Amino acid sequence: MEQLVQKLKEEIIEALNLSEMKPGQIDEKAPLFVDGLGLDSIDALELTVLLEKKYGLKILTAEEGKKVLYSVHSMAEFITANKKA
Amino acid sequence: MSEFYIISDYCSIRDHEVVLHGKSVYNHADSGLQDFLTGIYQYFAVSYPKFYKMDKLSKLGFLTAELLLRNKNIHQQYAGNEVGIFLMNASSSLDTDRNHQHSILDRNNYFPSPAVFVYTLPNIVIGEISIRHKFTGEGTFFIQEKFNPPFLVHYIKELLAQGVIQCCIAGWVETDGQNYESVLYLIEKTDRPNAGIANFEPTSIQRIFDNEK
Repeated sequence: MEQLVQKLKEEIIEALNLSEMKPGQIDEKAPLFVDGLGLDSIDALELTVLLEKKYGLKILTAEEGKKVLYSVHSMAEFITANKKA
Repeated sequence: MSEFYIISDYCSIRDHEVVLHGKSVYNHADSGLQDFLTGIYQYFAVSYPKFYKMDKLSKLGFLTAELLLRNKNIHQQYAGNEVGIFLMNASSSLDTDRNHQHSILDRNNYFPSPAVFVYTLPNIVIGEISIRHKFTGEGTFFIQEKFNPPFLVHYIKELLAQGVIQCCIAGWVETDGQNYESVLYLIEKTDRPNAGIANFEPTSIQRIFDNEK
């Protein structure tokens, strides 16, 4: 899980062009949107694409998206729970 | 009372150099466009993380406006809805359009990037500047084969005369591959003749555009 969280942080930085940021600066439990990294709706789409492209996982509803994209930790949990073997 | 329209200031970014009010304030001849723009951002200590997410056209327009408005009290002088933005270029957002097209060519690996797609309109640069400075006035992006001062001046003077805007940022913001050129002017109303750098006329706009080359 810890390894996945670290990998996700690096992928998020690359996907969202957060080039001023280092993985260690991202609190995996902090909310990604509004507070935390201050991401916006376009970033939410970009993270949704990231999950599909890198992990083959689709977010099916807006409600699920809110839960999954809440934090790096919740994204990692979603990947762990749903990734195909 | 007579009303005069003037060019209060101007800023250009082209040929690896930033010129503000006629004075060179930054240059870096050995960098590609992305590195050059990031260099400007860092050199002038601009703090706006969203900058990194912008495409080249928006970065160029954003930085030119940022430096043009630096150390001015535009935000105190005018309400947000009194400030307009009127830009022009020849290549629209083609550079980003091509990036987007390239990213969707492979139907078996079809993952269009929302962060790229969102910049496939040239007027997004107006939005980026407006969000940064909380400007909510008129904004239009014109596509012309080359910089067209008579057209731009005529359009803006009408809006100033009607009181739709009191002030505006206007000019040319162009990127295509590694080619780029941005010249922005700050246009204001005044009751004093011969105030500012020059009167807001096609000849003075063109002269500034040409002289700095």
